[in-house]
Amino acid sequence: MSVIAMTTITSSVFAGGPDKPGASVVKPDADNAGLKLPAGFGALKVADGLGRTRHIAVTSNGSIYVKLDRAKNNNGILFLQDTNGDGKIDKQSGFGNYGGTGIYVKGDYLYATSNENIYRYKLDAQQQVTDPEHPETVVSGLLDRRQHESKSIVLDDAGNIYVNVGAYSNSCQTKDRTQGSLGMQPCPVLDSAGGIWQFKADKLNQVYGDGVRYATGLRNVVGLDWNKGQNQLFVMQHGRDQLHDLFPSLYTEKQSADLPAECMYALKQGSDCGWPYIYYDPFTNKKMLAPEYGGDGKKTGGETAENPVVAFPAHMAPNGLLFYTGTQFPEKYRNGAFIAFHGSWNRSPENQAGYYVVFVPFKDGKPSGKWEVFADGFAGPGPVKSPGDAQHRPCGLAQGADGSLYVTDDVKGTVYRIVYKTK
Amino acid sequence: MGKWILAVMPLLIGALSVSAQVKKPAKPAAKPDAASSATITRGKALYRQYCISCHQENGSGVPRMNPPLIKTEYVLGDKARLIGILLNGFNEDVEINGDYYSNPMPSQAQLKDEEIADILSYVRNSFGNKASTVSAAEVTQVRAAKK
Repeated sequence: MSVIAMTTITSSVFAGGPDKPGASVVKPDADNAGLKLPAGFGALKVADGLGRTRHIAVTSNGSIYVKLDRAKNNNGILFLQDTNGDGKIDKQSGFGNYGGTGIYVKGDYLYATSNENIYRYKLDAQQQVTDPEHPETVVSGLLDRRQHESKSIVLDDAGNIYVNVGAYSNSCQTKDRTQGSLGMQPCPVLDSAGGIWQFKADKLNQVYGDGVRYATGLRNVVGLDWNKGQNQLFVMQHGRDQLHDLFPSLYTEKQSADLPAECMYALKQGSDCGWPYIYYDPFTNKKMLAPEYGGDGKKTGGETAENPVVAFPAHMAPNGLLFYTGTQFPEKYRNGAFIAFHGSWNRSPENQAGYYVVFVPFKDGKPSGKWEVFADGFAGPGPVKSPGDAQHRPCGLAQGADGSLYVTDDVKGTVYRIVYKTK
Repeated sequence: MGKWILAVMPLLIGALSVSAQVKKPAKPAAKPDAASSATITRGKALYRQYCISCHQENGSGVPRMNPPLIKTEYVLGDKARLIGILLNGFNEDVEINGDYYSNPMPSQAQLKDEEIADILSYVRNSFGNKASTVSAAEVTQVRAAKK
């Protein structure tokens, strides 16, 4: 149903767009922008060198808003346009003198976040911001204690905005990231962080007290999306770090590199995903008691905590989540999930992992098959020993009105567009 | 005899100065060098144990999260400040070579003065860095001032 609605909107507003579904009008780059893709797909760099581009929103006529991690020349949001229809950006402007991660277009507004506040900007009929200098503040004062500071956002269809407030801690130790330090009981971080907060999208100047702690026990979420088919919020958690560094007598370096899973959760109001008391072991498929709370790598815990929908390998840092509702890509991709993995850093001394976009097929709101790597090659040739070696790191995802998949990179500020080729 | 010495003298001096030129950095400081290479070697093992996961094997850190240790003023500059970072930890919003880093560094005060000296000597002489080593006495001094 939502697919049909989407298709109708697509063909009515995408001027100059594809007449026939299943084909893209733009030409991929000769080298597919350096990406490895499944047969039939191509990619192009629509823009490059923009800065640390985090999340991205694409308008109905193919223009792009990207959020920069730090404002550059007083611009924390870039507005990118392709005026001649070749798929490449040829006009660029900026506004919003603040860094951040979250950006989302919904109805007549563009929503964007700093690491503390959520702002909105009125859009005109072309989904262009009417008054870039005077955003309205929707929410202010969200916690930013530097660690896990990104405020990612998504809106539902009922006028609510969901924002991640990441935990300012790795595992709620009395002394953060200090060897042997035990967990605080109960973990005080969860009062104001380590979860998803829900606010009204059209009410201005809200603070914590005006919102609802929608879900808790989530260490840090950067990638999240509203699944329209299920009418449900899905999130990707960044799992805890450094099991070996902090508890060397309980975990080997190898175990520390492979644990815990990076988890996808389907949330409902009141969901508790268990951080910091537990972590998820993808090998035994069990919720394990964290060593800070008496765990030893064998004891399970968190009986009432949510189980993940999908468990991915450790530390790959999922920064973008998108449920695909377009018709350009083949049938198999409809309603499935794309996840941008930023790539790991704490698998040393092993090679790092991630640095790619994966796909999980879904049917009726549940995974219908194993996850697979969809787009790879962002980091460049060869294994990544340290994250600094990666030439590009996938971060944000968005779907164009024509069904193209956009991916941002926050190393060099490249925006990729992945298309299904015309036969 | 004396005549012979006088005749050979210039040759000897010449030979000495040639060898001094060839091994300029090593020769005058043979003793301290052995000591500094020992501290650096010990530091490498300690670095692998306590520092590698955040700062990485090549000292490049993690973009946006953990600062690099390569050619930064924080590593190569004031030793007391550098020692202080290990003793106190570090959790400030500062620019380091044009970038910002969000993860806090825990205090390493539980390490012995000599271990901190070894780690810092290794870091100051690795990843393309070249700076004087740090002594345990220097760490003791900073630790005492902290109290």
